[in-house]
Amino acid sequence: MDIAIKDGKIVERVDELRARKIYASGMIVMPGGVDIHCHIAGSEVNTGRLLRPEDHFRDFERKTPKTRSGVGYSVPSTFTTGYRYARMGYTTIMNPSMPPLEAKHTHEELNDTPMVDKGTYPLLGDWWFVLEYLKKGEIEECARYVAWMITSTKGYAIKIVNPGGLEAWGSGGNVGSIDDQVPYFGITPREIVRGLCKVNKLLNLPHTIHVHTNNLGKPGNYLTALDTMKCVEDLASEDKPAIHITHCQFSAFKGSDWRTLKSGAEEIARYVNNHSHVTLDMGQVIFTDTTTMTADGPFQYTLHELSGNKWVNHDVETETSSGIVPFRYRRKSYVHAIQWSIGLELALLIKDPWKIFMTTDHPNAGPFIFYPRIMAWLMSRKAREAVLNRINRRARNRSLLPSIDRELGFYEIAIVTRAGQAKALGLKNKGHLGVGADADVAIYNVNPETIDPSRKYKTVRKAFRQAAYTVKGGETVAKNGEILKHVKGTTMWLDVQVSEPIKITEEMKRRFREYWTVEYENYPVTEKYLEVSHPITVKANV
Amino acid sequence: MAVVKAVTCPVCGCLCDDIELTIRNGKIVKVKNGCAMCESKFLSHKNEHRILKPLIRKNGEFVEVSLEEATRKAAEILTKANYPILYGWSSTSCEATRVGLELAEEIGGVIDNTAVVCHGPSILSIQDVGISSCTLGQIRHRADLVVYWGSNPWSAHPRHIERYTAFSEGRFQKSAWKGYLTKVKASAAKKKIESALRRVLFRKKAFVSPKPRKGPPPTLFKEGRKLIVVDVRKTRSAEISDCFLQVEPNKDYELLQALRALINEQEIDVDEVAGIPVEYLEEIADLMIGCNFGVLFFGVGLSMSKGKLRNVDAALSLVRDLNMRTKFVIMPMRGHFNVTGVDTVFTWQTGYPYAVDFSLGYPRYNPGETSVVDILLRGESDAALIVASDPVASFPKKVAEQLVKNPLIVIDPHMSATTRMADVVFPSAFVGIEASGTAYRMDHVPLPLKKVVNPPNGVLPDEEILKRILVEVKKLKEKRLVEAA
Repeated sequence: MDIAIKDGKIVERVDELRARKIYASGMIVMPGGVDIHCHIAGSEVNTGRLLRPEDHFRDFERKTPKTRSGVGYSVPSTFTTGYRYARMGYTTIMNPSMPPLEAKHTHEELNDTPMVDKGTYPLLGDWWFVLEYLKKGEIEECARYVAWMITSTKGYAIKIVNPGGLEAWGSGGNVGSIDDQVPYFGITPREIVRGLCKVNKLLNLPHTIHVHTNNLGKPGNYLTALDTMKCVEDLASEDKPAIHITHCQFSAFKGSDWRTLKSGAEEIARYVNNHSHVTLDMGQVIFTDTTTMTADGPFQYTLHELSGNKWVNHDVETETSSGIVPFRYRRKSYVHAIQWSIGLELALLIKDPWKIFMTTDHPNAGPFIFYPRIMAWLMSRKAREAVLNRINRRARNRSLLPSIDRELGFYEIAIVTRAGQAKALGLKNKGHLGVGADADVAIYNVNPETIDPSRKYKTVRKAFRQAAYTVKGGETVAKNGEILKHVKGTTMWLDVQVSEPIKITEEMKRRFREYWTVEYENYPVTEKYLEVSHPITVKANV
Repeated sequence: MAVVKAVTCPVCGCLCDDIELTIRNGKIVKVKNGCAMCESKFLSHKNEHRILKPLIRKNGEFVEVSLEEATRKAAEILTKANYPILYGWSSTSCEATRVGLELAEEIGGVIDNTAVVCHGPSILSIQDVGISSCTLGQIRHRADLVVYWGSNPWSAHPRHIERYTAFSEGRFQKSAWKGYLTKVKASAAKKKIESALRRVLFRKKAFVSPKPRKGPPPTLFKEGRKLIVVDVRKTRSAEISDCFLQVEPNKDYELLQALRALINEQEIDVDEVAGIPVEYLEEIADLMIGCNFGVLFFGVGLSMSKGKLRNVDAALSLVRDLNMRTKFVIMPMRGHFNVTGVDTVFTWQTGYPYAVDFSLGYPRYNPGETSVVDILLRGESDAALIVASDPVASFPKKVAEQLVKNPLIVIDPHMSATTRMADVVFPSAFVGIEASGTAYRMDHVPLPLKKVVNPPNGVLPDEEILKRILVEVKKLKEKRLVEAA
């Protein structure tokens, strides 16, 4: 079978005599990889870079005539991030947490992240406007403001992190469950999640709300994750997903403290298997030294207290917070080994690959360069056992993995690493190779018909680590690990059109001045800030 | 006549973005909302010190040349050099810095910014300890205890207190400006009386109050927002504070560690630390623990006095420890309007905030080895490009001497001390007045810089000049490759 490409798109056929050809017989041809959740740009990522020179010293890339230099490892510099994704055959990545006030920073960095198309999600779950309008029950007005915000910050989806908890963290507090009151605002996380889920629906956004649950990283939090999924059950329609629970591994802890920690993957998988309104991504732990960074300020502080490692906190007025703590996941640590197991249990126990996607929540559970390792674990019981034999013994005894025989095939891997993610994001031209799709193709040098990934997982892993060819927008940009061309990817954002946009009156500007310390005029990200802008028009129902 | 609103002020790290400019005949004639520094910069952008034509030094004299010739000469110098340094950046836009980084990489040089002689040590401490921080609005809304340590915002960041901290009105915290007004008036009256007394008593020296207060002032226990200033001398900021702690010079480290000990409930066996009685410090420690949201701003008084990064280390650790008891944040008072932005761009492209060495083809960072002051001191560099900075005036003499010994290229709007010593000079437009761009406030909030008037004829922005040099450098390198082959 041949795949024809013309003008950056996949087409029915091209003139075979004149076309440039890539011979890929005996290889795996997949759409370019899609990453639904990886922290690669913006203020917290950059502060992570600044915080960790020790992370960069041992891992650097030299300048070549075609590429810029840079450094790794867990928080690579922007150019290196782009090149490393391209080498693995990834062509679309989503940066999941952008404080709206600092959106310009995120976009400036995305401009300097080559080789991939990208998007970014503004953090809206603790924005004062949202809290106030939801409290008043004015969903439609709230939707108008959210539409304004997404368009002004050039965002792609509604990101909610520890709803209510970040506002409380502004004064050093947190919320303990989805029914706790947020101090001063008198609203609960449940109301925030439900409200924004309704807003998401009213605005017809392509992706669902993207939720980082309350109580993340605390033993017993699988109940909170279940509560969060349940709370929007009635808002789903026509089997369409209504909520995406991100890096679910961190929200699937059972037990009452760290000593009694167990996996809650089974309960979560059972719920997800029986409901169609949820999608998840793994947040798979990798045993290595990495840098944790989330908008969940209180969680990061807890992690700092637990690990004693250096800690950065950065609260953003009116909107959100964030924190950074370097962290090493150790095989021999009971808790870390259980976490490693949970991620894989989730991916294997959830039957439908269209509901769970492969991520490491880069760099929180591990750097993205380890994706091939996860693919091997998913495809091979033997690969899993090889690690199981080396982890903490108590964790091994409690792990569900030995009881799971499932091994994903190449088609399922294609779903959890691209097709499923593209579908969940509503990216119609990504994640498939049908006519009309963007010509983003990854070719891996391994023959799916002759290889048994279950036994030869190391060969498969090696092939996935370095795509034989990465084609981006119809151009071969990487070949066997070498970057052939430095290309700029597009920045996708939503131009949400509402019938009655909010009016920017003097009153509104005054309110603006009260809430933030910048002027209204200087707040929005103008299109000038996007080097290759790709607006996606969305017609809203309000 | 046109009025431009919401202009960002390109002077200090406060980056006030509410400036209103009135423009007549291509010249700014009125500045509203700005401080004295802001007014002065906006009103004098077309003064007589501007350079209008590119200059090259020939036989010891400056000769006006075309932009092309200057670009060619600069590119020649940079490609010929083995170990060139590119320095300055903090007073230009992030966009220009991006080009600068590419240029540094292309020529295998060292790129460094003014943080190296300012808050560089603070960054080193942050890399050791981390930092608990936030944006300035968070402080406006929530802070009930504001501490300025080794910085004098009233003079150096004039609108800082009014816009972001003690005088500003937040959602959960009210402005404390009324109290300060009384205080300012009282202090002015006191000064008048003192000077009158001096004249009456024919004293030449300033009147010295008999004994500095050793205990906490009653204002420390008032309701609402409190402002504490710690400094080696009574600055203008100290005068309006609720409490002024006069630390003995170079004893900041001791004082910070004493406070740390106190908030960690350890006992101190001495009566006095850094000239301040321990009982007084206990009150301060209690106040810090007891506040709902505290903030410590520190200036170069900490990062550039004896102890340098160790001082900042202690301050960061103090704040980190305080977070066990309450909410507390800390922030460096960055000076130049875009020094934060430049650190930011450096970091996202190279992984390191300043002192980045590309001589091996990849970014290396080792302040002390790869920082320009040290490179110059060791006499290792053989050419320099200075952008938007005046190191000849601000560097130590030995270092400046070394800088001017080798070919020197300067991009600057003004005839500064460094420009006068240069071999190639590019006149540039003022970013934020004659050129647009982006700058980052001291709390990492990016703000757009506006172009409000046209630059003088033929004068380009830094970004554009750097791009031209970069193109020329690439051409020269290619030519050399071809010749070599």
